[in-house]
Amino acid sequence: MYKIVRKEVLSPVIKLFEIEASHVSENAKPGQFVVLRTDEKGERIPLTIADFNREDGTVTIIIQEVGRSTKELGKLEEGDYVVDFVGPLGKATEIEKLGRVVCVGGGVGIAPVFPIARALKEAGNEVISVIGARTKELLFWEEKMADVSDQLYVCTDDGSYGHKGFVTDVIKQVAEDVEVEHVWAIGPMPMMKAVAATTKPLELKTTVSLNPIMLDGTGMCGACRVSVGGETKFACVDGPEFDAHEVDFELAARRLAYYQDDEHRVEAATNHSDGGACKCHEK
Amino acid sequence: MSRKVKTKHEMPVQDSKERITNFDEVALGYNEEKALAEANRCLECKVPNCMKGCPVEINIPKFIGAIKQKDYKEAIREIKTKNSLPAVCGRVCPQEAQCEKYCVIGKKGDPVGIGRLERFVADWEFANENSSSSMEVGEPTGKKVAIVGSGPAGLTAAGDLAKMGHSVTIFEALHVPGGVLMYGIPEFRLPKDIVQKEIDKIKELGVDIKVNYVVGKAGSVKDFLENGYDAVFVGTGAGLPYFMNIPGENLNGVYSANEFLTRTNLMKAYQFPDYLTPVKVGKRFAVIGAGNVAMDAARCALRLGAEESYIVYRRSEEEIPARAEEIEHAREEGVKFLLLTSPVEFHGDENYNLNSMTCIEYELGEPDDSGRRRPIPIEGSEYKMDVENVVLALGQGPNPLVPSTTPGLDLTKKGNILTNDETGVTSIQGVFAGGDIVTGAATVIEAMGAGKKAARAIDEYIKSTN
Ligand SMILES: Cc1cc2nc3c(=O)[nH]c(=O)nc-3n(C[C@H](O)[C@H](O)[C@H](O)COP(=O)(O)OP(=O)(O)OC[C@H]3O[C@@H](n4cnc5c(N)ncnc54)[C@H](O)[C@@H]3O)c2cc1C
Ligand SMILES: Cc1cc2nc3c(=O)[nH]c(=O)nc-3n(C[C@H](O)[C@H](O)[C@H](O)COP(=O)(O)OP(=O)(O)OC[C@H]3O[C@@H](n4cnc5c(N)ncnc54)[C@H](O)[C@@H]3O)c2cc1C
Ligand code: SF4
Ligand code: SF4
Ligand code: FES
Ligand SMILES: [Mg+2]
Repeated sequence: MYKIVRKEVLSPVIKLFEIEASHVSENAKPGQFVVLRTDEKGERIPLTIADFNREDGTVTIIIQEVGRSTKELGKLEEGDYVVDFVGPLGKATEIEKLGRVVCVGGGVGIAPVFPIARALKEAGNEVISVIGARTKELLFWEEKMADVSDQLYVCTDDGSYGHKGFVTDVIKQVAEDVEVEHVWAIGPMPMMKAVAATTKPLELKTTVSLNPIMLDGTGMCGACRVSVGGETKFACVDGPEFDAHEVDFELAARRLAYYQDDEHRVEAATNHSDGGACKCHEK
Repeated sequence: MSRKVKTKHEMPVQDSKERITNFDEVALGYNEEKALAEANRCLECKVPNCMKGCPVEINIPKFIGAIKQKDYKEAIREIKTKNSLPAVCGRVCPQEAQCEKYCVIGKKGDPVGIGRLERFVADWEFANENSSSSMEVGEPTGKKVAIVGSGPAGLTAAGDLAKMGHSVTIFEALHVPGGVLMYGIPEFRLPKDIVQKEIDKIKELGVDIKVNYVVGKAGSVKDFLENGYDAVFVGTGAGLPYFMNIPGENLNGVYSANEFLTRTNLMKAYQFPDYLTPVKVGKRFAVIGAGNVAMDAARCALRLGAEESYIVYRRSEEEIPARAEEIEHAREEGVKFLLLTSPVEFHGDENYNLNSMTCIEYELGEPDDSGRRRPIPIEGSEYKMDVENVVLALGQGPNPLVPSTTPGLDLTKKGNILTNDETGVTSIQGVFAGGDIVTGAATVIEAMGAGKKAARAIDEYIKSTN
């Protein structure tokens, strides 16, 4: 059992949890993730380590509620427990002094890109960060990102805050204006695909963090297979970071959708049992 | 003395039509009457051949003799001096290739049902917990041992070391201890509450089990040695699934056996949506391979709603490596066998969901290194077969997480840990290994045997240091 010591509601659907798990915080590095299960009947869901505190033995995760498991987690409060918390998993980001780098976080992808930006900054890089979301309500950690960046650009698809448009518009502009050594981009699959398509013609080295469906997170099952440069990789142990220009995004997106009908069934079941809160007929 | 019966007393089973609608245990076990009758078939040989076939050398005539006297407490005590997981082994040992293979009466009829009798006394003990032969723990030695992995190898080593008085901590990557016994072998073949009871007994010896701890990611073997552990035993199993490297393998609907069985058994997808982890089983289901793992997957599929479940195997009937009982049970349940056949390509629809595969037929040539006749593809024999799900049960390799984070650990070419067979000693002082991580995918009882030997060697080793 792992205790939730702090909860912060960053938006109605985005929540932060700081959880006691010293076996994870002791060894955690930027780019890594955990697998969590809220209760005995729960799924094992992978979540990125957004921050960690070795002294307190805690790990911070930020979730966006998208389905049953993330919603169950979202309901938990300070002082509650989750039954399982495994990590740190995956390879850590390779942090080097490169010069000028761009860190891009889309939506809940802002969380995982934060520790990477911070480490890159600490390693002596000039860090330009770009964060974006569909709308203002889904943005968070603007200040924290600003603290670890030399420059921060903020954009929303609908223009409700910051620059109106996509992160790719900003990346293109930055790359035109100044010399950039490397781009890290983390966010929804379509965003990462768009970033890859933007930086490829510019021959700008780009790393993405893939989020395929995972089960064990230790290389045991192969659920997380992705195709990179024509080779099959297990994202949980060979990644989750890969060269954006080599990733087969189409396959990755299709694999993410395989259980959609089951996911809807599970959600419908919860909504019914919530008694009256059921929204499944309104859609 | 009564005339000897030539055939083994039949094992009562759930009816095959009924059982494919549930995950309850298939083989129901002998009642006392049957157990006594079967025990009476044993000649209690002075020189018992059967013992040669048991990797942990249970004194078979002695425990069967005790059954004949209805002294079940003595029977289980005798077994437990050699085997700490009899309820498991009685169910899953490939007896026809081990103890029962060497039984003398097997020459003229069926051998004695040794496994069934072992199961009977183990289940008797569970039912009569009070009279349970309590296991003694030795004087505390003040020595600490870390065990990596909680499969049969790790559990056995842990139990034995605790009995010797050492302080033992098991580190397990998954959220449940038990290894393949929990995540791989299905409920209908090995009920999880039985495995749990065995694990609880090991905990009662004072063994501390830390789940959710991935060695090599959280602490490493080296960290354990530097932080107060006197020795480390690595029993991480063969948890790396092999794929075929043929086109279409990454389509939705193509599972490794590990993924399919973990979703189904460990995560209880057969109780979806009460349990939240889904698993997909279409109408037509095919498993590639024919070992125990393959039989388990094919039989799970039927229970999860597949209308047709196929075993697709490159070789012939004779080479099928699964336990005889599993093949028989699979057949009874309606699993179909496509022998001398293997896929060469998988095909999907516009959503990348598997819908068919191209298979090729084989013929058998000369024997290969393994002594089995080599399968040779027949040119031009390709044909297409509709299928919505495929499980690849092609065997497993060693997971590299521990080896790759333990500098100085010598490995075989395949990545298995090199050890001394008798002691589990590795190339690093204080580090021992056993089970599938050393031998490659093998059996429960062999993994236990390795855990036992290593426990003895670890005990000697830590007593010699100081
Ligand atoms: C390495 C990694 C890091 C991640 N980090 C974060 C994070 O920091 N914050 C965050 O909010 N989300 C993160 N995710 C995604 C998160 O795991 C999924 O959103 C979550 O599992 C959805 O579960 P659900 O039951 O709420 O939704 P569901 O309704 O079950 O699923 C919604 C969608 O999420 C995806 N999904 C479902 N199950 C899984 C699974 N077992 N593994 C991965 N994806 C799945 C599928 O595309 C599915 O269509 C990460 C994923 C990976 C692989
Ligand atoms: C589906 C299936 C059916 C089988 N049927 C039979 C049968 O009928 N009869 C039979 O005799 N044998 C059978 N076998 C084989 C048998 O189960 C194995 O040979 C046996 O379990 C090996 O034991 P082990 O302790 O070496 O490893 P495992 O049982 O594989 O246990 C290893 C444990 O180590 C853990 N681990 C791995 N890496 C780490 C790490 N880095 N940190 C912490 N923990 C880690 C794993 O999570 C796992 O729990 C079957 C196997 C499978 C997969
Ligand atoms: S442990 Fe296995 S091989 Fe040994 S006697 Fe029991 S069933 Fe036979
Ligand atoms: S060889 Fe057969 S008959 Fe003889 S002791 Fe063993 S089980 Fe009994
Ligand atoms: S999640 Fe199982 S191998 Fe990656
Ligand atoms: Mg879900």
